[in-house]
Amino acid sequence: MPYAIELLNITKRFARTVANDNVTLRVQSGSIHALVGENGAGKTTLMETLYGLYQPDAGKIRIHEKEVSIRTPHDSITLGIGMVHQHFMLVPPLTVLENIVLGAETTSHALLDLRKTTAEISELASRFGLSVPLTEKVENIGVGTQQRVEILKAIYRKADILVLDEPTAVLTPQESVQLFRILSELKEEGKTIVLITHKLNEVMAISDHVSVMRKGKIVGEVETARTTPQDLAQMMVGRPVLLRVEKGEKKPGGPMLVVNDVSYVDRRGIGVLKNLSVEIASGEILGIAGVEGNGQSQLAECIAGLLKPTSGSITIDGIQIVGLTAHEVFARGLAHVPEDRIKRGLVIDMNIKENMILGMHAQQRFSSRLALNRKAITENARLLITKFDVRPMDPEAIARGLSGGNQQKVIIARELSRNAQVIVASQPTRGVDIGGIEFIHRTLVQARDSGKAVLLVSADLNEILSLSDRIAVMYGGRIVKVFPDNKVEESELGLYMTGSKGNAAQEAQGD
Amino acid sequence: MISQIFSLAFLAQTIRITVPYSLASLGGVYSERGGVVNIALEGIILNGAFCATVGTYYTGSALFGVICGIAGGLLTALIHAVVSIHIKADQIISGIAINLFAVGITKFVLEILFHSSSNSDRIPGLPHIHLGFIENQPDVARLLGNPLVLLTIIIVIASQFIIFKTRFGLRLRAVGENPEAADTVGISVTLYRYYGVLISGVLAGLAGAWLAFDQHSFTDGMSAGRGYIALAAMIVGKWNPLGAAAACLLFGFAESLQIQLQGAGLPTQFIQMIPYVATIIVLAGFIGKAVAPGADGVPYEKEK
Repeated sequence: MPYAIELLNITKRFARTVANDNVTLRVQSGSIHALVGENGAGKTTLMETLYGLYQPDAGKIRIHEKEVSIRTPHDSITLGIGMVHQHFMLVPPLTVLENIVLGAETTSHALLDLRKTTAEISELASRFGLSVPLTEKVENIGVGTQQRVEILKAIYRKADILVLDEPTAVLTPQESVQLFRILSELKEEGKTIVLITHKLNEVMAISDHVSVMRKGKIVGEVETARTTPQDLAQMMVGRPVLLRVEKGEKKPGGPMLVVNDVSYVDRRGIGVLKNLSVEIASGEILGIAGVEGNGQSQLAECIAGLLKPTSGSITIDGIQIVGLTAHEVFARGLAHVPEDRIKRGLVIDMNIKENMILGMHAQQRFSSRLALNRKAITENARLLITKFDVRPMDPEAIARGLSGGNQQKVIIARELSRNAQVIVASQPTRGVDIGGIEFIHRTLVQARDSGKAVLLVSADLNEILSLSDRIAVMYGGRIVKVFPDNKVEESELGLYMTGSKGNAAQEAQGD
Repeated sequence: MISQIFSLAFLAQTIRITVPYSLASLGGVYSERGGVVNIALEGIILNGAFCATVGTYYTGSALFGVICGIAGGLLTALIHAVVSIHIKADQIISGIAINLFAVGITKFVLEILFHSSSNSDRIPGLPHIHLGFIENQPDVARLLGNPLVLLTIIIVIASQFIIFKTRFGLRLRAVGENPEAADTVGISVTLYRYYGVLISGVLAGLAGAWLAFDQHSFTDGMSAGRGYIALAAMIVGKWNPLGAAAACLLFGFAESLQIQLQGAGLPTQFIQMIPYVATIIVLAGFIGKAVAPGADGVPYEKEK
């Protein structure tokens, strides 16, 4: 089969690092090619070079067997290349339609001809099952829909090569399944797809070929049918990786975190939590499974003191924490790994050492009466960086420049260093690579073994099943089922998560 | 007394004040929709006024004067564009520097050409179109028939279409909201930001020309804060051409009210507060949250 893309001996250097080191990648026309590797391995840089956002320092690019020069995205679009970036390249206050046509507008008499375009896009959308609300503003639609807008954007520009950068990082499991159906459709139509990811089950499920990158180099290229997740993981990380979490029997103590009959009504007057009760003992991990948007985020935030429940009580070790500020809740023994690490977990333009003392900055060990104790803060950061294997190992590095996995490690390092009794971890490994996930999982299990009560909220069922000692399923603001162990089938969980099971009984009882 | 205040003369006064505000404010809309904060409007107005005066004085042609005013504004805006877009310097600092520079350079050349540190020699006003009606009110007829008044109205309406209905406007907004997104669909962020800033130069230069013709001369520092008020109006108008023009009209109305009431026996301190109190009430009470374009004031770095 002919090659759609040939990247030959590409080298790209940034100020201090070599992002791509003599990389050669060939992608067969009409195939789905997975590009895997840990964060910072150079996958995105390579594809952004193909897309014309970066100029390679050396190397050649051939598209459909012809050597080309790609200097700007305009060039790559002309060549039929489309890219769905990890951080969507959409303009929030513009409508979906305006975003799709931007840069490729149809005009009549100098005015935008949106009517003609609407028909054209609706036709494309229905052909590929990409339903989007064309007149809605992008700022009002969810991430799953935004992604479909991005794909439509590329197809509207007649892309026959589509690059997707970690497309499932922001999607729920259901949305991911839908995305893969769309990608299969596109392949059927003869389009070539490059999928950047570090989720190996996705690679196995959908790709024809896999290339593995590590530290700026291609370290392996195989047919998907001839490899296993285990082998791929080893190639990515450079050492054998445990894909399963190892943990011993739980030794639970008494109830540590008790949520009793908590309800929360949001600003629009919608009941998000409905008479929810749950208990977590010290020395156990309780996993909360659920489709996103069923109240998990609000539950975590109620516990962390970021939201005030409308009614009900929450106690840590018997002490009431409802009505306390987040800071006071921390003082009563809570650690919180928030769902949105950029907005809530870090001050993104501060450096690692500052981020590592957030909320503890007023403690005597970090500050005297007037000024911060810089020496102690740096010392603290050095210690945590080593213990949690944060890269770069520089306390002065700005959080924004870190990979997602390392940002998450900074947060987890800080939260665990509080020595709290209760740990609430929301989506702790979202967007984190395999090596990082392994480490974060081990850390959470260690915390549980040392007698902490851990509440794990995750949209990743694998994570829930492998880490939890007990599993609670949330649906419609309630806990509809608690499994006493983690020996549950995914499909069984799915039934409760989608409300097909367990809900009717609760409705009758609750309302 | 009410009918005395809200007379045709009052209307004329309001329009006279509103025109330069509107032109400069629209300039701000174009510049900031593209993502460049333009507090240099103040200096652009001043330079525009000066160039219009000099152009008219030496040729006797008002049309040539207007063209000179536009050219002066354009050149001043070009400085701001190069500094903000190419050199990626802080846009506020560039704007302040340009405003200080404009005060100095106009005064300097004023001395050389007119041997005065305060004002130029007199220039003729703009010829006006005979409208046929209200000829019994020559002042008002002259004002309403002023080609710049008509042009301003056309520009306001056209701008609303340009910003929201044309390809140019869509791209300009995209560049100001999320330049990265615009870049990835092949739109030149640099080019569109230049367009935005340079259009603001043309419009604010025209505002300057208006001031010069209205006073029949250039006087030192005659922009007198109008650039800043135009920016405030742009914000009150939520970066929309029609909104900005409406805000300018409100400011113009409040200001002429203040002028009218000065003879009415009320304490002048209170009267002088009117425009500002009106602004505060409008801002706090009726407008709601005004959200600036997402990347307003942020230089675009291609390779991070």
